[in-house]
Amino acid sequence: MFGTTLLLALRSIRRHILRSFLTILGIVIGVGAVVTMVTLGKATTAAVQSQIAALGTNILQIRPGQGFGRGGGGPRPPDFTPEDVTAIATQIAGVTAVAPQAQASATAIYEGANWSTTINGTTAAYFQVQPWPLASGRYWTTPEEQAGKAVCIIGNTVRQNLFRGGEAVGERFRLGDVSCDVIGTLSTRGQAGFGGDQDDVVIMPIKAVQRRFTGSRDIRLMLVGVDQRYQTAGVQSAITDLLRERRTITDGREDNFNIFDTKQISDTLTGTTTALTRIVAAVAAISLVVGGIGIMNIMLVSVTERTREIGIRLAIGAVANEVLLQFLVEAVVLSCLGGLIGLVIAQAVIAGLTPLLDVPWTFDPQINMIAFAISAVIGVVFGYFPARRAAALNPIDALRHE
Amino acid sequence: MASDAASLIALRNVTKVYGQGATQFQALKGVDLDIAAGDFVAVMGPSGSGKSTTMNILGCLDVPSAGTFLFRGHHVETLDRDERALLRRRYLGFVFQGFNLLSRTTALENVELPLLYRGDEKRARRATAMAALEKVGLDRWWDHTPAELSGGQQQRVAIARAIVTRPDVLLADEPTGNLDSERSVEIMELLTDLNRESGITVLMVTHEPDMAAFARTVVHFKDGLVERIETQHAQGEKVS
Repeated sequence: MFGTTLLLALRSIRRHILRSFLTILGIVIGVGAVVTMVTLGKATTAAVQSQIAALGTNILQIRPGQGFGRGGGGPRPPDFTPEDVTAIATQIAGVTAVAPQAQASATAIYEGANWSTTINGTTAAYFQVQPWPLASGRYWTTPEEQAGKAVCIIGNTVRQNLFRGGEAVGERFRLGDVSCDVIGTLSTRGQAGFGGDQDDVVIMPIKAVQRRFTGSRDIRLMLVGVDQRYQTAGVQSAITDLLRERRTITDGREDNFNIFDTKQISDTLTGTTTALTRIVAAVAAISLVVGGIGIMNIMLVSVTERTREIGIRLAIGAVANEVLLQFLVEAVVLSCLGGLIGLVIAQAVIAGLTPLLDVPWTFDPQINMIAFAISAVIGVVFGYFPARRAAALNPIDALRHE
Repeated sequence: MASDAASLIALRNVTKVYGQGATQFQALKGVDLDIAAGDFVAVMGPSGSGKSTTMNILGCLDVPSAGTFLFRGHHVETLDRDERALLRRRYLGFVFQGFNLLSRTTALENVELPLLYRGDEKRARRATAMAALEKVGLDRWWDHTPAELSGGQQQRVAIARAIVTRPDVLLADEPTGNLDSERSVEIMELLTDLNRESGITVLMVTHEPDMAAFARTVVHFKDGLVERIETQHAQGEKVS
């Protein structure tokens, strides 16, 4: 009986192809919207997470000043000293390494090509805190670091622009007024979420940068690696206590430095994008329900319009349940068809939008299955009422219907 | 008139009341009617005489308010909606004045419809439906939709649909009402052939004496009662 009903439903859909298309339009748009929104939302979350992961997890960033936007007025808080770095590295439990950073910018020149870039002066600890594999060459040695030699490791963007993508290791180029030997090139990291191009950088021993570019021993930024077995919050408060003491901040006065926990930022941003995804998905889900009501509308109109047909079927000997099942199956087939078309359209839209939004292309089988299942359920729920109405018709009245 | 035992259909003191209270209308006031298997019956009478109501009851589309309706010895008035539907599926075929074919559906698919509900498998269904179309002389038009067929052809398709399940009774409600006289005669000849060759009992409502003349028995209704029953031996020759 079910096979017959399915055949009848398919014939009926084929006979009214335009009406069928209009019926499912709402479901197509609803399913398409839900799948697109959820997939893009998840892709954005994943992109944010991977960008933060690139900054390194379990890393504390310590800067002078009171955090974003609150440093205005008063004298500029002092930078850190190499002694601060040693103190944190040796006195705090759970710290694996502390990398001081001194930054400068300069124009790099090589055989007529020039490129404006950022110089990042640091120590070998930098690569320990935040692993960054080399594409070629080597890291600097301890004697080179201690002597502050003008050796540098360059990011891929600098290599592309200065050396035209050719071999750079072993070459010598001019960085501002300084002649500099390339000893290594870094692997590509790509765009950072909020820091621009991470590969546009020249990394040198901090002493070289301090002596030849910034002209002071000041350290603007410390990266502290935290052992996986320790809570970053505990390490953070220990460092706060130590630095307050070293910077002679009396009780009751605010810190003149700030410590950022990258994990905390990661959690916050992930939470935000997840919440946004949910909101957008909820809006899209409303359109799915509206689509279901659309199906019910058209099916009800269809029952009225096909009253005589129903009368013929009843006269021929269809029992009420067969008429009910036919209309129900029609509604479910239509809504499932709408769901499938919606899924296909969603994939096309996602494929088109991911490069524009700069998020990775993903296929989430779960949301696709859920959206399809919902479209089937909508068919049953919103198809039942019109179907029951059709089945309840009196054959004599139905046959007389104009 | 056949005796009770041989009757395919027997109505006993059947009444039908529509509405309630002041608007109550008694369509049938105690109809007694026997129809023998293999008969060709024309039902005549002015509108409001009760002939359509009687046909609806005989077609198992409606139930009497009181009285009994025996079909093949079974009490139809006690059956529920679905049981009557199954009875129609098995024993009855319908032909309507307005043809009532499914639009945008080929002649073959229209004729197949009762077989679908009966649950025939595809190949048998096709063959049976084509045979029925052949019987009404439209096998070459099997893939045409009603819109592509003339009125007479549409009614032939409808007849094919009605007889495709080899029913005991063919109920025709003004089958020639929408056709010109030439097509009407063709349809009546087809019904006569089916009655004679296949032994199908034909019940036909008509108000045209020319059409009623094809029948063997003519039942006249008036004011909710059977007024008189005529038996005709040959076309156009009446014996009261």
